[in-house]
Amino acid sequence: MSGQQPIAPAARRAGRNAPVRLLSLLALILVWWLVAWFAASPQLLPAPNRVFWMLLRLVRSGDLPFDIAVTLARVAAAFVIAMSLGSVIGYFAGRSARLDAVIDPWLTVGLNLPVLVVIVLAYIWIGLNDVAAVIAVALAKTPTVVVTIREGGRAFDAQLDEMAFVYRLNWWRRLRWIALPQLAPYVAAAGRGGLSITWKIVLIVELLGRPNGVGFALNLQFQNFNVAGILAYGLCFAGIMLTLEAFVLQPWERRANAWRANDGRNKGKRLA
Amino acid sequence: MPGVRTMAATRGSALLDLRVRRKRYHDGANSRVVLRDISVTAGPGQVLALLGQSGAGKTTLLRILLGLDRAFDGSVALPPGRVGVVFQEPRLLPWLTVEQNLRVVLTPDMRQPDLVGLLELVGLSEAAGRHPAALSLGMARRAAVARALAIDPAVLVLDEPFVSLDPRRAGILGGLLRQRAREHGTLVVATMHDVEHAVQIADRVLVLTGDPATLAADLAVPPRNDATAREALLGELLSRFAFLASVEQDDVREIGA
Repeated sequence: MSGQQPIAPAARRAGRNAPVRLLSLLALILVWWLVAWFAASPQLLPAPNRVFWMLLRLVRSGDLPFDIAVTLARVAAAFVIAMSLGSVIGYFAGRSARLDAVIDPWLTVGLNLPVLVVIVLAYIWIGLNDVAAVIAVALAKTPTVVVTIREGGRAFDAQLDEMAFVYRLNWWRRLRWIALPQLAPYVAAAGRGGLSITWKIVLIVELLGRPNGVGFALNLQFQNFNVAGILAYGLCFAGIMLTLEAFVLQPWERRANAWRANDGRNKGKRLA
Repeated sequence: MPGVRTMAATRGSALLDLRVRRKRYHDGANSRVVLRDISVTAGPGQVLALLGQSGAGKTTLLRILLGLDRAFDGSVALPPGRVGVVFQEPRLLPWLTVEQNLRVVLTPDMRQPDLVGLLELVGLSEAAGRHPAALSLGMARRAAVARALAIDPAVLVLDEPFVSLDPRRAGILGGLLRQRAREHGTLVVATMHDVEHAVQIADRVLVLTGDPATLAADLAVPPRNDATAREALLGELLSRFAFLASVEQDDVREIGA
């Protein structure tokens, strides 16, 4: 079974606004250029063209692609763990008031514990290795995923649960056709928000205790006072993440929300 | 004492054996008995019409029957067969098309029904590929009827099935329910407002009234060829239960296709 979803108006709006977004980005580069020209200090603020040449040099040397690949692998691992763990815990916490009462104090602690503390403790307890790095990032991210998915579990339509009960749908059908479509908008929101936070945490983890990755490279460039290198690494990695968000996560979120937008309009519909 | 719902075979040839000694609703520290001393047994192939004023407890009784409300003193026995339901709200899955909504309730062990024929039967053959958001309320309710019929139910429970249907559609649905009962041996239990409609399609008319509500009448409807006896039953019902004379016109609204 594959339901064809109508295209949401938000997707059409995003398409119409694409030229505006491009112009805005070009304006930002222009402002950077002007500020760099006025500052007249390539060491302190290199112009965009200098950063571009630095980027090319780092790509040709193979350092930047390697560091980005390593960081992306860490981001992916931590993201998958945080989303999986957070979705399962959040779903059950949203569906069971008792479990929610058990989980809630843990969540409060998890949400308020500084990320730096989690990272440092992970390195101390597990060691200065990739397992500790990934676990630290996943643990830091999981509570926010739980909170978002829990809201999704709480917002479940009880009438559909009753329908499933009377028709004796098995657990798989309930999960596939009733639970997941209702959770999808929340999972998409958690994923989109999660990715932007996860990669920033990964950079800190790498800066503190890994011998490779973008975070490590940024630290190295900082030691050498190479601002062009810092900007080349930072902008390149941010660009990859923004591309992922724009072409993977945002369309996914729009698709996951499509039925809600249409259903919302339907609820206001009167008998003709 | 909580209600006991068993799927074991019911006594004799009965498909349904429903006994509610007491059902309370709790509102903070207060509790109110809403149903008392109700006993209904019914066999296959029967159509039961459950009448009563708004708020009399008809829906509550159906929820007990369906196992959705177990906080009552009494018992419900249903056969280990399939139970189809049409709630007051269509309760279709908004992310699936009409046809997919029908497929969701079908399991591999069921005899696979002719979905195209079923949708044609309820006048929705053109809407099979539409999402519920693109349907009127009347169409969505008809889709819910098709979904209930798709599982070839042994017991079919409908909560106000004729609400939001125009008279022609209501007549077709009434005929369809009777046909199901006669040809498939389905036990049909439906709540209704319109006493004339109930006498037209049902084999038994049950009236729920009072506070707390009890089963004030459980009358067999005479055969269809005995118009005089049917008229007499209608007259008796209207004279004993004055509220049945005032059908809520809002519930018989005509809908666009």
